[in-house]
Amino acid sequence: MSDDHVTIEVDGQSIEARKGSMLIEATDAAGIYIPRFCYHKHLSVAANCRMCLVEVERAPKPLPACATPVMDGMKVSTKSPYAIAAQRSTMEFLLINHPLDCPICDQGGECELQDLAMGYGGDVSRYSERKRVVRDKDIGPLVQTDMTRCIHCTRCVRFGEEIAGLRELGATGRGEDMEIGTYIAKSMSSELSGNVIDLCPVGALTSKPYRYSARAWELQQRDGVAPHDCLGSNVHFHIKGSKVKRVVPKDNSAVNETWLSDRDRFSYEALNSDDRLLSPRIKRDGQWQDCDWDTALSSVALRLGELGASVGGESIGAIASPSSTTEEFYLLQRLVRELGGKSIDHRPRQIDFSADKMAPLAPSLGVSLAQLECADVILIVGANPRLDQPLINHRIRKAALAGATVLVVNSVDYDFNFPVAQSFIVPPSQITSVLGGIAKVTDSSNENPEPVLAGLDSFIATEAHESIASKLVAARSAVVMIGNFAQRHADFGQIYALATRIANATSSRLAQLTDGANSAGGWLAGAIPHRGPGGRKLVAAGLDADGMFDSPLAAYILLGIEPEFDCLRPQKVIDALCGAYVIAFSAFTNASLEASADVLLPIATYAENEGSYVNALGQWQEFSPAVRAPGEARPAWKVIRVLGAQLSLPGFDAINVADVTGDIASLCEGAEKPNCETAIVNINQLVSESLNAEAVVEIPLYSIDALVRHGLALQSTPLPKADCVFLNGATAKQLGLISGEQAVIKGDHSETVMTVAIDDKVGDGSYLVYVAQPGASAYSGAQHMQISKA
Amino acid sequence: MSTVKFLQSLTLWELVRGLRLTGRHLFERKITVQYPEEKTPQSARFRGLHALRRYANGEERCIACKLCEAVCPAVAITIESEPRDDGTRRTTRYDIDLTKCIFCGFCEESCPVDSIVETRHFEYHGEQRGDLLMTKEKLLAHGDLMEEQIAKDRQQEMAYR
Repeated sequence: MSDDHVTIEVDGQSIEARKGSMLIEATDAAGIYIPRFCYHKHLSVAANCRMCLVEVERAPKPLPACATPVMDGMKVSTKSPYAIAAQRSTMEFLLINHPLDCPICDQGGECELQDLAMGYGGDVSRYSERKRVVRDKDIGPLVQTDMTRCIHCTRCVRFGEEIAGLRELGATGRGEDMEIGTYIAKSMSSELSGNVIDLCPVGALTSKPYRYSARAWELQQRDGVAPHDCLGSNVHFHIKGSKVKRVVPKDNSAVNETWLSDRDRFSYEALNSDDRLLSPRIKRDGQWQDCDWDTALSSVALRLGELGASVGGESIGAIASPSSTTEEFYLLQRLVRELGGKSIDHRPRQIDFSADKMAPLAPSLGVSLAQLECADVILIVGANPRLDQPLINHRIRKAALAGATVLVVNSVDYDFNFPVAQSFIVPPSQITSVLGGIAKVTDSSNENPEPVLAGLDSFIATEAHESIASKLVAARSAVVMIGNFAQRHADFGQIYALATRIANATSSRLAQLTDGANSAGGWLAGAIPHRGPGGRKLVAAGLDADGMFDSPLAAYILLGIEPEFDCLRPQKVIDALCGAYVIAFSAFTNASLEASADVLLPIATYAENEGSYVNALGQWQEFSPAVRAPGEARPAWKVIRVLGAQLSLPGFDAINVADVTGDIASLCEGAEKPNCETAIVNINQLVSESLNAEAVVEIPLYSIDALVRHGLALQSTPLPKADCVFLNGATAKQLGLISGEQAVIKGDHSETVMTVAIDDKVGDGSYLVYVAQPGASAYSGAQHMQISKA
Repeated sequence: MSTVKFLQSLTLWELVRGLRLTGRHLFERKITVQYPEEKTPQSARFRGLHALRRYANGEERCIACKLCEAVCPAVAITIESEPRDDGTRRTTRYDIDLTKCIFCGFCEESCPVDSIVETRHFEYHGEQRGDLLMTKEKLLAHGDLMEEQIAKDRQQEMAYR
């Protein structure tokens, strides 16, 4: 027995337990079951349900196992007549007010109370008085309440306080008048709110989209990987017949623990959406016609062959959604490159690609999540991790609560759910100035100086920059995190180079949060213009996701992209597509695709697809189809494979997806480390242009990809207004704009009229617009835009 | 033993015994009923064709708990459910495949609201494919038709349940 362990005896069995741990943890580890409702391994101990009462030798009363620390030599019986009597009495009290509506309760069949009532409940209630009735609360389109069923375990309340970081649910009243609810009538706004459905041991909080549609015992469970953020949460699909009925988290302590973000949990509704594309379609004389796969693919092959012969393969470009599988990326880049093309990318929301050459093999978090939790300084640059990567944010929150200093450089003062030590809220163009200032200080304090970075001298380091730099230098383990907003920034290259410089100088880890589920896979599989699969050097680099629309190419292949919503400069992209031959692989019908594409090929979504995602931790997470794709839709990798074979290109003969995965893995194994020299990027202090205010473009939480845009429940949550431009009070006053009035945003060739709204979270000198949702497409996203009164 | 048998065989004793039985039944009261004009009496627990019942106010009883579907040993019941416009839990589909059903009565026994019942009706047939697939509409219509008898039978059996 080591020093920090004690030995206890439970039901005659000798168990070792960590000193200071609770009895229930020790019994759970030893596989001895103690009934419980309020205890949860990831939440604090409340000990208010009393179901886990056990007999402890020499204790005057039965003790709750969840709140009794282990002591050396303790003798516990969990199934003695004394313990059972205590547990049965608790159950009798719990059942006094619990309604007998199991037949209409969605929790029926998977209910902890129902299960335990079978073991500990009486046949007949001795209580003949009226049961209490609690009015239901409307807490939004995701979580359904039936509050009469509540047994006041307070798991949901503790979840809000401890995990989500928002005290949205709470208990009011005492004794029989106690009620769980939002204190004032409102929807739950947390991006993790769906987890209370799993936590609730009874049917008080259930899933609204799933309501009354199936029973736990008719569902089949299959594994999958969530497709919305670069963490790739592990999920279980629950399937009835051929339909996904719900998605629940799969325990994986290295990735998502037991949690799941609402986006991952509820986006399955899109799989059964009416907007699914069900058969290949070809545009003939401006009219869309359904056809079979043979017709569609031979027409595409013929046209691509013709184009290759007439204008050359170089005029073929491809852009893939960052949530495509690694295999799809690999086959697509192979198709384009075998045809003689060079332009392929998977980053439709990036504008500046100058840091591409200095980037590592694939973007990553650089640390494991366990390490991130232990970091003591975290510098967040251009990111709102709470909405972009909810479960990575949860780990940052854990670190912050454990005492880590969180420093923020952003253009909007986002609502973080953890304390922020120091924050710079500056217009987008000033983010580089702040980083430049910090880099200048860290460079001077670097013990192993790197080659001089030209242009760094032009930055001015203020006291605030010095204070941040000193915190990073003094840190035991620091993380510099660049996020999704930074990736969309017009000077992403500089941000990346400066962040890398700071990280290197302070021995911090550089963490990059990326769009989509599989950006790392995109890099590894070679779906980037400047490197081949496994980081192979190319003879010449192609055009990137922005550049290929500057001067229209002859043909484009779109994989899972809805240009209107998925591209940061939609107008430019749509204009380029309209004059070209466009092959669109899409799971959904979409107006902008129908207007610009020539062939629409229906593809499978994540639950119907097979392949792998590489997450920000560098883990290859493979998955197989949970359900069949509807109609004629097929996994995109198969379609590309057949297309490649029809064009008689080499390397398109894989039969299983595992063959393709194997090819990529072997290419990545021998990959040489790319040159990560910061000096590649041209660093210079931006001369402030004569802009009166700078645009901050945000993509709302539930608009990031086609799946969430077609999820009915997610779309019924309050979404930011697409037709509004948000400014803080001071900036609006300075520009002479008044809330509720119209403002004009003028670009070089475009003009958008939007309603002014005041939001003091927006930094000085910036205006915020939400894109990627219906109604927002009028915003062209062009550079150099001026805002003025209409 | 064999001598006795031998003597009996000479007197045609076995023939007489057989004729005695025939004779007894010839003059006894007949139990044969002239089906379909006449019918045998039925128990209140008779397990015939299924029906879905309604409450007195016309509201269907079934709440889509799916216990009958789960308990059915022949997997003859198929239910689909969703919230009705008023928010209550209701079936959108309730099918019993009579070609699978073994009339064990488990569905009736499992029903928490006495909705699915087996009635005394057993004289049904199907003329074409699908006739023996009882849909929700058919089951409810059958329930409406038989409600009086069903209610009487349940009343009678109440003491034993």
